[in-house]
Amino acid sequence: MADTKGPVARPLSPHLQIYKPTLTMTMSIAHRITGAALYFGTLLLAWWLIAAASGSTTYSNFHWFMQSLVGKLVLFGYTWALLHHMLGGIRHLIWDTGRGFGPVEREWLAMATLVGSIGLTLLLWIFGYLMAGGA
Amino acid sequence: MSGKSSMRTPLARIRYLGSAHAGTDHFWKQRVTAVALIPLTIAFVLIIISLVGRNQAAAIQIIGSPFVAITMLLFVLSGVHHMWLGMQVIIEDYVHSEDWKLTCLMANTFFSFAIAITCIFAVLKVAFGV
Repeated sequence: MADTKGPVARPLSPHLQIYKPTLTMTMSIAHRITGAALYFGTLLLAWWLIAAASGSTTYSNFHWFMQSLVGKLVLFGYTWALLHHMLGGIRHLIWDTGRGFGPVEREWLAMATLVGSIGLTLLLWIFGYLMAGGA
Repeated sequence: MSGKSSMRTPLARIRYLGSAHAGTDHFWKQRVTAVALIPLTIAFVLIIISLVGRNQAAAIQIIGSPFVAITMLLFVLSGVHHMWLGMQVIIEDYVHSEDWKLTCLMANTFFSFAIAITCIFAVLKVAFGV
């Protein structure tokens, strides 16, 4: 029997650290990260609904947290993650039909996902502030 | 498909289920829930905006109205199903030790069901006013 000295250090195929970061690569990673963030963000959704079902005191606590700086940052991040993942998902659905893989289209789609999600998030928050200020 | 060289039975071949016996089930459900979530997410965002700065009494009035309650239930159901499938893929990609992988996959299922049941229970409680 040959000696078993553990795995031999074989050359590995190139991985992330070899490639120059590209926009499409970054948007792919962002899609997964926002998805994972939304996964844990459902705790916020559950808290909100349970608070509403529990009564005015519990809801006031939730409301207090949401109006704090930390709460606002979390909700802002949640808004962007939700919109980014939705637009990224639409991009994936377009790809599922076999369209949008060309060098121009894929860059355009990646850029549209990013600009769209940031733009929509800002618009929603401005609208939300106007609503809250007007009420 | 090449018929003669294959060891697979004709029945196995036409079922299109492959070696894992699930076929494109996972992929397909991910897409169906994704498509459902586009209008539901937009509706969810609008519901949240209508509640900005309002107190509990106003919140339960809005959440408890039939159209909003049904929309919220659909959003929670498709959202949780979608994230359950998505987290499964993330775990399978990054967790390689068999023990840890099984633990994470189970935790994913428990978390998803707990969130789904919690949200559904809360919406129904608000809607039925008990």
